[in-house]
Amino acid sequence: MLSADRLEWVAGWGEVLGGAGFVFRPSTLEGIREVFGKARAGGVPVALRGAGCSYGDAALRAESIVLDLSRMDRILSWDSESGIIDVEPGVTLRRLWRFVLGDGWWPPVVTGTMETSVGGCLGMNVHGKNNWARGTFGEHCLEFDLMTTDGELRTVSRADDPETFNAVVGSFGLLGVITRVRLRMKKIASGLVEAKAVSAPDLETLLRLTDEAKDQWEYVVGWIDAFPRGRKLGRGLLHFARHLEPEEDAEPAQTLRAEAQDLPEDVFMMPKSAMWRLIKPFTNRLGMKWINRLKYLSGATLGEGAVYRQTFAEFSFLLDYVPNWKRIYRPGGLIQHQSFVPFDQAEAVFRRQLEACQKARQPSFLGVLKRHRPDDFLMGHGLDGFSLALDFPVIAGRQERLWQLVRTMAEDVVDAGGRFYAAKDAAVPGELYRASFREGQVDRLLALKAELDPQDRLRTALGDRLLEAWQ
Amino acid sequence: MKKTWQTALVVGASSGIGAALVKRLAAQGCRVAAVARRSDELENVAVGANAAGGGGEVLSYVSDVDQPQLVSELFATITGDLGGLDLVIYAAGVMHPVQFEEFDTAKDLQMLRTNLLGAVAWLNPAAQRFGRLKKGTIVGIGSVAGDRGRSGSPVYNTSKAGLHTYLEALRNRVGRYGVKVVTIKPGFVDTAMTKGLPGLFWLISADRAAEIILKKARKGAVTAYVPARWRLVMLIIRSMPSFIFRRLKV
Repeated sequence: MLSADRLEWVAGWGEVLGGAGFVFRPSTLEGIREVFGKARAGGVPVALRGAGCSYGDAALRAESIVLDLSRMDRILSWDSESGIIDVEPGVTLRRLWRFVLGDGWWPPVVTGTMETSVGGCLGMNVHGKNNWARGTFGEHCLEFDLMTTDGELRTVSRADDPETFNAVVGSFGLLGVITRVRLRMKKIASGLVEAKAVSAPDLETLLRLTDEAKDQWEYVVGWIDAFPRGRKLGRGLLHFARHLEPEEDAEPAQTLRAEAQDLPEDVFMMPKSAMWRLIKPFTNRLGMKWINRLKYLSGATLGEGAVYRQTFAEFSFLLDYVPNWKRIYRPGGLIQHQSFVPFDQAEAVFRRQLEACQKARQPSFLGVLKRHRPDDFLMGHGLDGFSLALDFPVIAGRQERLWQLVRTMAEDVVDAGGRFYAAKDAAVPGELYRASFREGQVDRLLALKAELDPQDRLRTALGDRLLEAWQ
Repeated sequence: MKKTWQTALVVGASSGIGAALVKRLAAQGCRVAAVARRSDELENVAVGANAAGGGGEVLSYVSDVDQPQLVSELFATITGDLGGLDLVIYAAGVMHPVQFEEFDTAKDLQMLRTNLLGAVAWLNPAAQRFGRLKKGTIVGIGSVAGDRGRSGSPVYNTSKAGLHTYLEALRNRVGRYGVKVVTIKPGFVDTAMTKGLPGLFWLISADRAAEIILKKARKGAVTAYVPARWRLVMLIIRSMPSFIFRRLKV
């Protein structure tokens, strides 16, 4: 029997899904083995958790051991010539970029927040604003060590065993614990990017401009105002960015300092830690409708076509501008639905999604568009097309309707040959995930699960949602 | 915001208010762990509640509140089986008929074990868990009988008064973390415990009592009389000077 001393409430980042877990935070490989020993002795499942940034249920399971790897946060080796770094899984992207930047390197793929962990990024195979150009996080991993639940440690290398490598990366933390990750960083000449902002008055234009920009700009991200209907449906703002060439930055030694990348302390003359309190009174349909409208109008007038320089951190980590912004969604929390749709179907599917949200009186408070490319990972979400991420507040008494809305949208995505993003998701049913994969992909994962974790020790709430529908 | 419980534990679930609570919670879609000593009665409650539909599910566990040494492991098993725990209700209770001049220590100790010590055994781990998680609701079924020491049933009164004080102390201990601890003081409820007792009035059904209890628990009430009119009656009785109260044949 596990001691109640270990009990903690473990929630998804969106604060909607959670449960009581027996949390262990080992700092060594032996410590992880001891946790697996306790799990075997008590017959208790183990859920893996990195920095806990997954919005939904990927890093938790109620009444289970939660193996939190945040204390496994050492940088093991760094070669500033080749840009190859070995880190433990709990190293956050914040720690990673601050460490390598001074030598002129940057993580080739980063999430919208720098608080995610390397282990989590690899386990969920995350992407960034440059997915079209650079692929997913896993594409920049060369090898990793994987500890299976029997305590055995093996090195899985892309070069030596690409099949296993591509299966474990992005397998939702259900096959083993990634205990060491070797990554290749990207060489950069400056700590700045050149960015450009343009507006699009409708969805068709937004998608077209996104696609046109992808070959000139490494980073492309669109923001969508999800409230307007009719001709203005899907209007939004696009932000592009590219790395500066060596001769473009007169003082690279200055801009490559970690301190030079620090995000501003204040936003609109307010301490950024207090910003969420300012926004919270407007976190309702009417308030968000006006915030989105003002954002669009200011972008389409004052900011239209502006070309400017920003630090990498400023451009990359938009979600960190307002610390704890998720609190604006309290007490119900938020979920995000991100669907990936093939190029030629994207406009129709996203149009139906936005209309369905409006019809259900559940408009998304924040919509984000990205361009994607296919990848070789077994459980990959990449395809040649676009993704639309929609944030929804969860309101007591209306949760069931929201889940139904997500299901309706997800069925449309599957019919269009689309995919989903488990790192963000909380509500897409397992059978729709299955339908989104190619023939044999799910069976291959189940076979690997039976081989590497025959006792089905590694389980998460997300894993249950998927695997119960897959078996 | 209306509070909904996904998982609940009811101790003393085989009859009376406890059984009614199990049925109501299951009908509201809750997964309920029902604990009681009498296996046949418990099974009937579980089968009936599960057959009634409503989306909930009742899991039954046979255990005697007289065996506190078993609670720790069973509590862990139940939380694992339920996949969580939002609400714990201690509804086990016994009231042995006691003659006016009778001093039966065996009967008295039994009442203390069931009504008070069992509550301590079950609610301690609940309070520890909820305090740690900073959420959860604990409900203890006390009695209006616990508000004064009546000559007619000294130890039953004592057991319920002890339960009230224990619940108040738990509230003071874990309430600061957001945990709700609700003391319920029912008047006369139509159950096996009150069957054949003389002088009953304002008698309500166990189901009606359960309805009120869940409503009060949802609101996070501190102390709730069931039905509410008992609050005024007990205010008068509690305010009565001792030299008058001791002359009453109650």
